[in-house]
Parts: sequence; C-alpha cells; structure tokens
Amino acid sequence: MEMCLVGSQWGAAGPRAALYALPAPAAAARPSSLSAVPAVRPPRPSPSRSMAGLGGGLAAFGRCTHAVVRALPESLCRQALRSVAGPEVDFARAEREYQLYVGVLRGKLGLQVLELPADESLPDCVFVEDVAVVCEETALLTRPGAPSRRKEVEAMKRALESLNLNIVEMVDENATLDGGDVLFTGREFFVGLSRRTNQRGAEILADTFKDYAVSTVPVHDSLHLKSFCSMAGPNLIAIGSSEAAQKALKTMQQMSDHRYDKLTVPDDAAANCIYLNVPSKGHVLLHRAPEEFPDSAKVFEKLKDHMLIPIAATELAKVDGSLTCCSVLINKASE
Amino acid sequence: MTTEVGSETEVKKDSEQLGPDKAKDKPEETSGTPGDQKSRETSSGEAQDSSVPAPTSQSSPSSQKKEKSSPESKGISRFLPPWLKKQKSYTLAEPRDEPKKKATGEEQVVEESVSQALEGVAQPRRSLEEATENRQNDKEKHSVSSAEIQPSKEDGKETEVEEVAEKKEETQEEKEKRETKEVQTAEIKIDNIPKKSPKKIKTVQCKVMLLDGTEYSCDLEKRAKGQVLFDKVCEHLNLLEKDYFGLLFYENSEQKNWLDSSKEIKRQIRSLPWIFTFNVKFYPPDPSQLTEDITRYFLCLQLRQDIVSGRLPCSFVTHALLGSYTLQAELGDHDPGEHSSDYISEFQFAPNQTQEMEEKVAELHKTHRGLTPAQADSQFLENAKRLSMYGVDLHHAKDSEGVDIMLGVCANGLLIYKDRLRINRFAWPKILKISYKRSNFYIKVRPAELEQFESTIGFKLPNHRAAKRLWKVCVEHHTFFRLLSPEQPPKAKFLTLGSKFRYSGRTQAQTRQASNLIDRPAPYFERTSSKRVSRSLDGAPMGISDQSLLRDFSATGGQAAGDKIIDLEAAGQAKLKDGGREEDESPLKTPQLELTQDGKKKGDHIFQVKTLPGKEKQWITMPWTAGAKPEETDKRHASRAEGPCTGVSDADKSSHETLDIVEEKKQAEFGIEETLVVDETNKGKMQVATDAGETCKVEHVSKKDSSSLPSDSSSSSSSSESEDEEVGEYHPHHRAIEEVIREEQEEEEDMKRKEQEENTQHVEAIPEGSKLNVPVEHTQVTAEDLVQDNTVTVATEEKNLSEQIKQDVGEEKEEEQLKLNGDVSHIDIDVAPQLICCSEPPVVKTEMVTISDATQRTEISTKEIPIVQTETKTITYESSQLDGNAAGDAGVLVSAQTITSESISTTTTTHITKMVKGGVSETRIEKRIVITGDADIDHDEALAQAIKEAKEQHPDMSVTRVVVHKETELAEEDED
Repeated sequence: MEMCLVGSQWGAAGPRAALYALPAPAAAARPSSLSAVPAVRPPRPSPSRSMAGLGGGLAAFGRCTHAVVRALPESLCRQALRSVAGPEVDFARAEREYQLYVGVLRGKLGLQVLELPADESLPDCVFVEDVAVVCEETALLTRPGAPSRRKEVEAMKRALESLNLNIVEMVDENATLDGGDVLFTGREFFVGLSRRTNQRGAEILADTFKDYAVSTVPVHDSLHLKSFCSMAGPNLIAIGSSEAAQKALKTMQQMSDHRYDKLTVPDDAAANCIYLNVPSKGHVLLHRAPEEFPDSAKVFEKLKDHMLIPIAATELAKVDGSLTCCSVLINKASE
Repeated sequence: MTTEVGSETEVKKDSEQLGPDKAKDKPEETSGTPGDQKSRETSSGEAQDSSVPAPTSQSSPSSQKKEKSSPESKGISRFLPPWLKKQKSYTLAEPRDEPKKKATGEEQVVEESVSQALEGVAQPRRSLEEATENRQNDKEKHSVSSAEIQPSKEDGKETEVEEVAEKKEETQEEKEKRETKEVQTAEIKIDNIPKKSPKKIKTVQCKVMLLDGTEYSCDLEKRAKGQVLFDKVCEHLNLLEKDYFGLLFYENSEQKNWLDSSKEIKRQIRSLPWIFTFNVKFYPPDPSQLTEDITRYFLCLQLRQDIVSGRLPCSFVTHALLGSYTLQAELGDHDPGEHSSDYISEFQFAPNQTQEMEEKVAELHKTHRGLTPAQADSQFLENAKRLSMYGVDLHHAKDSEGVDIMLGVCANGLLIYKDRLRINRFAWPKILKISYKRSNFYIKVRPAELEQFESTIGFKLPNHRAAKRLWKVCVEHHTFFRLLSPEQPPKAKFLTLGSKFRYSGRTQAQTRQASNLIDRPAPYFERTSSKRVSRSLDGAPMGISDQSLLRDFSATGGQAAGDKIIDLEAAGQAKLKDGGREEDESPLKTPQLELTQDGKKKGDHIFQVKTLPGKEKQWITMPWTAGAKPEETDKRHASRAEGPCTGVSDADKSSHETLDIVEEKKQAEFGIEETLVVDETNKGKMQVATDAGETCKVEHVSKKDSSSLPSDSSSSSSSSESEDEEVGEYHPHHRAIEEVIREEQEEEEDMKRKEQEENTQHVEAIPEGSKLNVPVEHTQVTAEDLVQDNTVTVATEEKNLSEQIKQDVGEEKEEEQLKLNGDVSHIDIDVAPQLICCSEPPVVKTEMVTISDATQRTEISTKEIPIVQTETKTITYESSQLDGNAAGDAGVLVSAQTITSESISTTTTTHITKMVKGGVSETRIEKRIVITGDADIDHDEALAQAIKEAKEQHPDMSVTRVVVHKETELAEEDED
C-alpha cells in the first residue's frame, strides 16, 4: 500500500508546481527540500481583493454553496445500467444511504440542496454528476454516453438555469461526455476517454472552459475516470491502487504542469470521495465507509487536517455508483 | 489600398506557385522554398529516387546551391577547401547506393565505409589546413558574400564601413557586459555609438511597431546587429527589464521570426523590409516577480493583444474580468458621471465581444475602485498568467500519422495539442535532445519508467523553415527558463554540419539578478488607452491590422526581391508611409485586412485550423517517413541523401567519400559521448548498466566538454547565421548539471529519484561484477563505424573514489536525500583491484519511436533495430591501491571544475572534483584525452605521453586508473 501524508503541505503549496509527488519516501523528504530552495521569492503582496476569475486560485478549491441531487427511482433496482451483473439493489437501503448523503450535504455542511424528483423512466437519474459539469459560473450540460440517459439532462438544465449559471449545451451529435469522466483539479481538467466519453465531448468541454488546460486520459477497465480517482483536497488526488488507476495517474502526471500530491488507497472504488472546503469547518472529506473499505478508510483517517465523514454507498455501488456521482456541486458567488 | 489588400492572397499564391521557378533566377530569396520542396520530394521518395529527378533540374539548382552556400557560409561548406566543395556533386551518386545497401545489409555498409575510411584518412589533414586558412579569410569572405546578396551599388562602400562596424560591435559587446551592473549608463552608451562614425555608414530606416500600437522609427547602420535596434527600442520605451522581449519580423503572413540580437539584421531579414514588431518573447511565469511596473505594463499590452486576437483563449468570465482591470488601469475608478453606459464599447476585450460581456466588464470595473493603474495591471497579470495558454508559443505540425497537431513551447517544456486537447507534454527535464532535420522536428526523451530506450519522437512541420523556427524557439525557451546562463554556441570544430544557433541573451535568472540592481525611481509612463487598439466599425483591433499591414509589406517586399526590381528600402518606406496614413483611414480598410489575415494567419487563429481555406496549400502532403526509423541510420542517410540537395551530378569517388568523412567526423562526437558512458560504466557500473537516463546525464558531461572547446568565434557566429541549415541539434542538459536552475528543478529531481529507484532495482538484479551490461545504451555508436576514434582516460586521484564523480554538482542535496532513502547506488563495485574489461562489440540499438500521445507510450514496441558493427574496446587498468571505505559513503561534493583544451588531434578534458568524505577531503582529477585521428597518430605514444604529463602535473597524486577506450572501424585491421 502506498500512501503519502500530505497534510502538512497545504500551507506551502504555492502557485508554482511541477509534477506530481512521487511515492511515499520521496514525498516525505520533500517539504524540507522545498523550503530549502532559496530562489523562490514570495509573491508580491497584492491588494487583498479576492478575484472571481480562474477559481481565485487554490484557496477557493472545494468551496461550494449549492448542490443538485436527484431522488432515486425504483426502476433503478432492475433497470439501471451496470457494468457487471450482481446482486440486486436493495431499494430501501439505497434510499437510506441516499438520504444520509443528502442529509450530510444539507444539514452538516450547510449547502443549499436542490433535489430533483425521481423519474421512473430514467433509472440512472440519481447519478446527476454525469449530466452536468459545473466550474465557476459556467455549466456544461453533457451528452451522456448512454443513450438511455440523455433525457436526464432536461431536469438538470432547469435546475441550473434557476441558479443563473451560464449554461452551455453539448449539441454535437458526435460528442458524448459523462461528468464522471471529468476530473477538475482546481487548475486543470482531466477527461477520461472511456466507453461513455469521446474525444469530441472532451473538445467541447475544452471549448467551454477555455481558461483551463484539458488533457485526455484513456480509461479502459473502469466505467469512468472518477471510478478510481477524485480530488481529496486542493492539490491532492486520491487514487486507487489498481494497475489501471496507477497507469492513468502516470498519464495525468505526464500531462500536467502542476505537481499534485497523491493519496493512494487500496481500493479503487474508495478513491472516489468528495472534498469540500466549508467556511466554518475547513477541509471536509466525504469518503466511503469503513464497513465497505476498511483498509482505505484507514488511509483516509491519516488525513489529520480533514474533517472526515464516512458515507456508505453499498447499494448504488452495485450499479457503478459512488459518492461523487450523486451530486453536482456549485459555488455561487454571493450576490 | 483596399483593392491592393484584397488581392494580396492571389499575389501570394502566385508567388508560391512560381517559387521554384523564380528560385532559379534569385536563389537567395526563395532558396528556402525550393530547397524544401526538393528535399520533400527527396524524402518522400525515401531518398533513393532522388537521383532520378535531379539530373533534369541540375544545372540551375546546383549553381543555386553553390551560390547560396558560399555566401551563407553555413555548415560544412564554408570550411571546405574548394576542391572539397566541388565534390558535392558526387554525392548524387550516393543515393543510388542506398537501395543496394539496404538490400545487402550491413556488411556492405561496413565494406564501403572501410574503403572510404582508408581513402579518407589522409584527407582530414589537408582539409584541416585548408580550414584554418579559411577561417582566416573568413571575415573577408563574409563581406564579399554579403555583398553578393546586396545590390551591386553597395559593393564599394562595404569594406570601408566594415572596420567601423566592427568597432561598433565590439563596443556593443562591451556594453552588454557592463549592462548588468550599470544598466543606465549602458543605455546611454548606445546613443553615442552612432555619433562616433556618423557619415561613413550607410544607414537604413527601421520601423518598429510597438505594443501600444504606435510606431517607432530610427536609422540604423546597415550592418548593425539586432541588439542595436533592440536597445534603441528599449531605450525609447524606457524599458530596462528587456530580456523578456524581442523583435519580430514577418517572413510572410504567418511566419514570424525573432530577430537574433547577436547577428546582423541584414543577414536575418535578407530582402524583407526593415519592419519589426516589438513583442514579448518570454512570458514570465510569475509577472509579480518583475521589478518594474513599466515592464508589467508592456506585458499587459502584449496579453491584451494576445487575447483580442484569440491567441490566448479565455472564458467569458475571464474576458470580463481582465477587461475590467484594463479599464481600471486606463480609466481609473469608474465614474458614473463621466462614464456613460457605452463607454465600454470603445474598448476591445475579446475576439467576440458581446453586449453581455461589456455589461459584465462594467459591473466588475465598479468593484475595482481604488486600484492604481499599476495594481490593476498586476491583477490583470495574476489572472492572465493562470490561463492554460499563457506564454505558449504554438506551432502547427503533424504527428506520425499525419494528424494535425499543435506543438506549444512554453517555460516548462513542450506541449502537444490535438484540436483543443492536450494530448502530451514533455517537460524540459524529460527532453534530452532537440533536433530538426529538414522539415522534421525531433525530440529525444528520457526513457519512461521501466523503459530501456530513449525514444525519439518526430513531428512533421509544414516546411524546413518552420522546423528550424520551432527548434530555435525551443532552444531559446529552454535556455531562458532553465539555465542560469546561456551556453556558448557549440565549438566550431572544423567540418561540422548543422546550426550552431544558441540563445545569446540573458536567461531569466540573469535578468532577475540584473533587475534586482535596478535603482531608479519608477519611470513615468503614459498608459495609452486601449481605445487605440479598440474596435473600429467592424471590430478589428488596430494593433492587429497593423500587423496585417506588415504582412502586406513583407509579402510585397519579398516579391519585389524575387523579381530583382525594387529597391527594398524604398519600397518598405513608401509602404510604411501608407501605413502611417492608414491609421486614420482604418475604419474602411481594416475589414479587408482582417479578412486576409483570417485566410492567412494560421499562427494566430490557433484553433480554427480546420476551417481555414489556405491551409491545405501550406501543408505539403508528404508521407511521414517511416514511423520507427533509427535515428542514426537516418543520419547516415542524410549524409548521402542530402547530397543531392546540393544538386550536382558528377561522380568522382574519392571526393564524395571525403564528404562522408566530413559527416562522420561530426558524428564522431557521439563516439566521445559513448566512450564516456562506457568509462563511467567501469567506475560505477550500476549507474549506467541499465539506466538510460543516467547514461544521458553522463552524456551531457561529455557534451559540455566538447562545447567548451575553444572555437573560432568569427566562424561560428557567421555560420550560425545561415538560415538554411538542414539540421540542428541541441542537448538541453548537456551543460546542465551545475547550471540548471535549482528552484525549477523539482521535476528533474523527481525524475532522478525515480531513476535512482530504478537503479536500485537494477543493482539488485545484476550479479556483482558482471560487466556485460555495458553495451546497453549505445544508442549513438553508429557514428563510429567509419571513423576511428581513440579515447584515453587517465584518472588521477588521491583516493579512489568509487562513486560516480560526475554526479551532478548542483545536486548534492538530492544525493543526500537519496542516501536518506536508503539508496544503494553508492556501493562500490570496483572491488576488483585490477580490471581488464573488454566490452563486447556494441550492438547499436537505436530506435525511433514516434509517439505524440502520452497514452500510447507504453504500448510501443521496437520495430526496427539496425545493427551496426563497430569494434569498441575498453580496457581499464586499475591501480590496486583501493581503500575500502568507499562503500556506501557518498561524500559531499565541495567543488568541481572542468577544463578543456584542444589541439589538432587531441582534446583534453580535465575534471577536478573535490569532495569531503568522512571528514577527509579528497581531490580527484580526471583527465579525458580524446585522440581523434588517423593511422599515423601513435596512440600508444599519445597515451604514454598523457600519463606522463598527468604525473608531472600532479606529482603529489597517484594514477589510480587508466581507461582506454578505443573505437576502430571494424574491418580496418592495420590499426590496432
């Protein structure tokens, strides 16, 4: 098991960064070597005025005011798309897990949660992440790779319009994109090219979010890019241990001008977590419950600076769901 | 004017089509184009067929080439004695041999090379003498040759002027040196220079388009170097931190070139009008580190242009935000009374500005109340610098499959884009070598984890000049952002091919240092309103239309030159006057200009590639040469296949062989590298054995050695001026080691650490004492197959240092870290008191893999491995006095220095390393003597002499190791 403890580095993470952190021993040695570097001049103090542009830098990463979720339809149990056949979804339990999830976002973290009603004709509609990518004030409504899911976009569109976001729709019929394939690091996008997402979809995403570099990462063995990775903090990528996950991480390392720290967890599915920066609570991390992934949970527990909230997703996981899939997080500048 | 502009496209087409024909009449103008086309034909025919088309077009192209090569004095030809030059013609015969060779396999290659080598043995000497002579005459030649290019009326004056000009240059150089410390005084000096020699000098009027849309003009001495003009412009702008900027000239609508400040302007722009554009050349990654506000202001102006032209894509929100800072900087606080609702539409913020955006800009402008202009600029930059395309210089290319891609050069390395998506990235530390050959551009990258071979990745540029331009930009960016000081141009070893271009300005590190010394009150400057750059009726920004205007000029100018009719200066000036007027008339004119631009200006409309009508034409369809082609083999092809480009036909054997030798000579340098590697292997086997990355590092050292050889400055500078070199190489790291900027080294460290990790594994895997891993990385040995090359290494040291001495000096810290990590790489392997190690004949495994997509990397397999047989012998004599403490103790490097000296046949590199190890300081001197030469050098004697000298020079030290590495062409048996 590889892992690196990075909690202490957050303060030091400056605007310059090169590549990803290497496995544990190197990362352990890094902070000292970094601080020993003489020539980095601290950036000039600039007028203390926060900017709206470009995410306002790292400080704003994980800030979130609104969340869009969608209730699960009963049709999910039998009709939801799934990559491997397996035990049927226990609807009651799935709903309890979902309610806990929404409860955390709304109650514990104080987000304004927009809950869309379930649509029985759309068995996968609970996975709202796939139908919209929101970054700052702009939302890209996707064209999901699975034709059966395309109608899910409509309700999302209305919800996002109600939030006054700049909405871009993916109309190109050659393009497909699932939000689950989009990893936004705060500095750039990685788009997994999977069975659900193609090059054209990635191009449209790049067109929509012109400020950021958009790099493509092939995804072969999993449903989505985020099936085995996600952001666990500003500059911190949680990544699974499987060969495919590690390979994808290498690709991302190579493509990026930035260096990210990585948090390697034994289970790919556990690498899908939700990081939030909540004003009153600091770093918050929603991760899969210890009952599901005990080893991975231990890794998360080493993140001392994070407020950790374990959430089980045993039922939705049966239909390839995980934590990030069930919400679209939005940071609306206060108006 | 409108009509004229409208017809520009057609005119250009014509000139394109006519290009080759015109070339016959006017070689110096169009030389690039026909040359390219020919070489394209050539290479598309896989080099073999080139002999077929050649005879028909011989007479004119050959004379053209000759004519061209002598005035340009580039590459070899300038060093070649006349009798050698003639033999270019014989190279035509060469390609015919190619297929045969291929068919019969390597043996034939070897045989042939034997005979060549035999006959050639005596010739380098002669050529050497000749070359020296040539060098002496060099200057003269230059003036003559440049005169050839000029209209004849100037001939008389030229010599007269020359002396003065030279003096000027000297002063100029002196000035540059002082500049660091006395910035301001230096500035004043420039002014004085022209006054010293006022009337003798023929002057030319120069126009420079500035970033604020204004135009600066001045008179320049005709032979002035780029620096003179650049300094004048910076002085005019009151700009001290000028190293981030440069002057551009446009070859045609989409080909912009940076004016090299170390070279004469005239030689660079040739027949183009003297019109330049002042632009940011190196975008500082962190503008807040610039010292002066005025510098930031110019950077802002550049970025505003970049944004409005679409070169720097932004989202809606960012457009609005940046626009609002622009307003704040130029108008100050929002004033509801003064600023009526539409005040904003006079400004241009984005390529496609909407009402909505303007409203957003206005809204944000109100929030900036209280920001000073300088603060607003800073905020502008803070946001702009985060844009992903900030400072990325894009070049069109095709990948191995002919797919259109873009290569972006930036501070961190090279980025590969397909459409809008980044598909790969090569950070500078990953790149070992950058080269171009004809219209191909290559980068050699470190092997990825678990890969053994360095891979070379090739890209197809639209033409040769584009390839060279990209190469130069890469060299410059690498030097500027990653080195502490620019490196010297490669030595002008006699008979070398290729461009010697190196970045000659200050690096970012140097310029930061220099600007720390700036001590003047913040200069007053006026922020010109962006309204100047603002939209006219149609929304085309003035700045841009100015540029297209320029293009218009250059196109016309170029054509004029082609027809030998028009006095260029006059033409240029006349046009410029038009340009002046145009500012007022712009509303009418701009639309057309814009249109033309759209059709032509590829470079600036990055992502519109597919829709541009003119595109197909520029992308000469040429099959990408076989994806997996060994580089070295390629090189040898080149030495033959490129022969035909020189375009003469006769076949006299002896002399074309000589040319081959010439080519091989150049490649012999690689032999030296290789030698070093092997040598290194003996010292610390695990270091090299299987780790290609490490090998490369070692390679750098040797490269550094060779590049620091004394060089004939005049020849090197002039040869690098030639714009038509077919090839160029640059090793981003070879001087690296101490020089690479530490703070920006993190990536490299990562890489190294990885390497070290790999090493560890390898060490575990390799049985102690096994030496068979040596030949692994002989990627470059091919070169040696025709030349014998003897390398003698004498290592003198007080104590035996078992670990690798050449470990990067600048990275001892890292070394320590490695120790911390329990790295095993410092194990002493030289346990055997006496080692005599004869490595096997190295099998050269060179493979060229073409990858443009990072994700494909791991799937690539070797397709073609040429096997070239050479005999390489490495003999190590090891003194038995080893002290045992070496194991595991890395010691701390105190100092290291390298001294290189060169005589005709030997190159001596002395490496002095001081280390503190376990409290004891030890000095190790390592001498590397490379004896390159013919049979009649007695190598044994030379070796003995070298050892003797070494002993004499350091009586208090003992010789602990002698490594003789001998490379002999295999079949040549009379030479041991």
